[in-house]
Amino acid sequence: MLRIEGAVVRFGDRRALDRVDLALEPGETIAVLGPSGSGKTTLLRAVAGLQRLGEGSIRWNDDDLAAVAAHERHFGLMFQEYALFPHRDVAGNVEFGLRMTSSDRAARARRVDEVLELVGLTSLRARSVASLSGGEQQRVALARALAVSPRLLMLDEPLGALDRVWRRRLLTEIRAILDRAALSALYVTHDHEEAFAVATRVAIMRDGRIVQVGAPADVWRAPVDAWTAAFFGFGPIVAAEVRDGHVLTPWGPIEARADTAATAVEAVVRPDAARIDDSGPIDATVVRAMFAGTRVELAAVAESGPPLTVVVAPQDAPAVGSRVRLSIDPDGLLVYPDRAD
Amino acid sequence: MRVGRAARVTQVAVPVGFLAVFFGWPVAAIFGHSLRAGALVDVVTDPFLRRVAWFTLWQAVLSTVLTLVAGLPAAYVVARYRFPGRRLFRAFVTVPFVLPTVVVATAFLALFDPGGPLSFLHWRPGVAPMLVAHVFFNVAVVVRTVGGFWANLDPRREEAARMLGASWWRTFRHVTLPLLAPSILAAASIVFLFTFTSFGVALLLAGPAHATLEVEIYRQAIDVPDLQTAAALALVQIVAVLAVVVALARAQERRAVAQRLVGAADGSRRPVGREKLVVGGILSATTLFLGGPLAVLVWRSLHIGGHWSIGSYRALGTSAATSTLFVSPWAAVRNSVEFAAIATAIALVVGGLASVAIASRPGRATRTMDAFLMLPLGTSAVTVGFGFLIAFEHAPSSLATSPLLVPIAHAVVAIPFVVRAVVPVLRSIDTRLRDAATMLGAGPRRVWREVDLPIVARAFAVAAGFCAAVSLGEFGATLFIARPDWPTVPIAIQRFLARPGQINFDQALAMSVILMALTAVVVLAIELVRVRDLGEL
Repeated sequence: MLRIEGAVVRFGDRRALDRVDLALEPGETIAVLGPSGSGKTTLLRAVAGLQRLGEGSIRWNDDDLAAVAAHERHFGLMFQEYALFPHRDVAGNVEFGLRMTSSDRAARARRVDEVLELVGLTSLRARSVASLSGGEQQRVALARALAVSPRLLMLDEPLGALDRVWRRRLLTEIRAILDRAALSALYVTHDHEEAFAVATRVAIMRDGRIVQVGAPADVWRAPVDAWTAAFFGFGPIVAAEVRDGHVLTPWGPIEARADTAATAVEAVVRPDAARIDDSGPIDATVVRAMFAGTRVELAAVAESGPPLTVVVAPQDAPAVGSRVRLSIDPDGLLVYPDRAD
Repeated sequence: MRVGRAARVTQVAVPVGFLAVFFGWPVAAIFGHSLRAGALVDVVTDPFLRRVAWFTLWQAVLSTVLTLVAGLPAAYVVARYRFPGRRLFRAFVTVPFVLPTVVVATAFLALFDPGGPLSFLHWRPGVAPMLVAHVFFNVAVVVRTVGGFWANLDPRREEAARMLGASWWRTFRHVTLPLLAPSILAAASIVFLFTFTSFGVALLLAGPAHATLEVEIYRQAIDVPDLQTAAALALVQIVAVLAVVVALARAQERRAVAQRLVGAADGSRRPVGREKLVVGGILSATTLFLGGPLAVLVWRSLHIGGHWSIGSYRALGTSAATSTLFVSPWAAVRNSVEFAAIATAIALVVGGLASVAIASRPGRATRTMDAFLMLPLGTSAVTVGFGFLIAFEHAPSSLATSPLLVPIAHAVVAIPFVVRAVVPVLRSIDTRLRDAATMLGAGPRRVWREVDLPIVARAFAVAAGFCAAVSLGEFGATLFIARPDWPTVPIAIQRFLARPGQINFDQALAMSVILMALTAVVVLAIELVRVRDLGEL
């Protein structure tokens, strides 16, 4: 399958890709997750053949792809904002790739029908793509990429321009379609929730490097460094000291779980770590409550240290202003060597 | 776009070679002539010629101001209000702009001359009719440039100003006008350049007492003839135009403000209450001003001695011997159509190749090429014609006397328009569309055929129509190089007008109507292509 080794792409002095290694197994979806400018799109373009590698190699089943032109790789790429052909209708867009390889008109029409049905757009067959909504355009783009049955499907921020409701719906659909077609896929996104939902494994990218690869649950439970934890929205993040098997935080000492040689550390509170616990050691006041449907996020201020975020079920939410006792789960306190070290 | 080396060389060599021979050489010939024997000094110190230069400048400034005054209300109405027939009105406003100068001049003669509906004004050919004709011509520039920009201005900014307590006038003065300034400046520069280099209108309407630089170049070269003075004047003209172009480009860069634009639909609404009067008034006045002269032209061409008659058109069939021309007037029509076809073909090939080269390889070399290709735009048609005259005078006789020089000169004038129409479209093609096609299995050639070509085809069609319209109406250059036995319609009209007598004037009217109809057919064809294309989208 796909094997990327030591891939480097330079733009001037900057390395957009810096010695990237990644391997994709059959039927697997890897989400490449990172902030904008981290090199995700460059990675996709390099795999697609639209961007030449400076160093390293990209192989498909042990064939080096360096000599294979982009249009001969049989990879599908769904572009950011879709890049639909404005001068062709829905069917014309979906049929495009088929026309490149097949002259059998009837067979092409059958395949177009098949794919349009898969994405639920049969009724829009003859519509101009300019007249479609964002969600519909997105599905045309997906259908267009799927029509040629690519060996590998790559999706570049496929939900980027859509609103929340559409994102959820299409995310589920994309996942279902990938499963049904047993496709191998690379899915690029800057949204960790999207990455966790769609992927079998997540590869986290930063400054052109892949810093962590793993199953979504593992990556979420133990981000590789404080930066990644912050990228997931974890926090607060505080400077702390490790002494005698305990992490000395502003909220008091908490048992250290991971072995760390460092004494000066950064401690990150995972969102599930702080809990209301009547026998807990931390005395705090609820200063804010954010209602989010299935849960409420409380901000609680202890005697010292930044406010802690506590997630509770709506029916368990204390009133703003009330005093609560909290504890921090040692498993949810992530400890990283101080970046200054 | 990955194309072979041979193709790349062709893309650059053909346009550069063509323009070097048919534009660079003629202009160089002018320089060669004018730099001899202190002709330049004579020109600059000659009081008469200084008056000509001064007249050229002030009439251009005045024409520009008047055009803005006449065009801004219509621009406002088109940009901000929705009314039945808005698209039609926009198209109608553009009509005078694409009309040949000779037709416009004839129409105004028909309006003011004895027997015309405005003869009571007792305007003889002079400054006033010329200024009015300049405004008539260029209103389209203001309405299209400023109106188009205005329509895309986010009206919420004006609403914000109103909400902050500014009156309509203060809002316009302090919010709208500064935002519009770049587009007004752009429109004004175009109008200024057109009127500064005005030839056909000035020659036929301003009368013998007033000459623009263009007209004076022609008179010195043909009537006097004093080629050196003509060449020196042409040089003055080129330098002046280039200076203006550079200054205006600088000014535009400084004034440009980045701003959010919205789709036209957001900014316009139906007029209500008193607005209806204002909108209606502006629309009627503009329509009357632009439609009136053309209607009078048609009406008078069909009236002889106070009666309806197609006599003027019949007379066009007269045999060559009795005609003012050396050939039958209908032959001039045939010449015009043929020249237009040839000029369009040349301009599309040369301009198309250049566009591909410029759009596909950004960089200093192609920017230089781009600028070189735009030079004919900054050079008046008279200069081009005059350059042809002196450059090819001693060329092998097959070239010097070839009727083909006329369409070649027309192509030189039209090439910048092709490049300007095609390059932005080529550049605007989202590279991701090409990438998308590549990912779907299209090789480089296939990508060009499937993505680039369909998208630029429309730009090419529009450019073709524009070339044809330019060629049909071209007057300044043609006057120098058309062989007496190969006149085009504008030349024929000029010859009829130059002869005394009602019969000649009537024939000029008839020829003008025919030329107007030919141009209309071309312009309508452009619109049809656009509409059909939109239907596909």
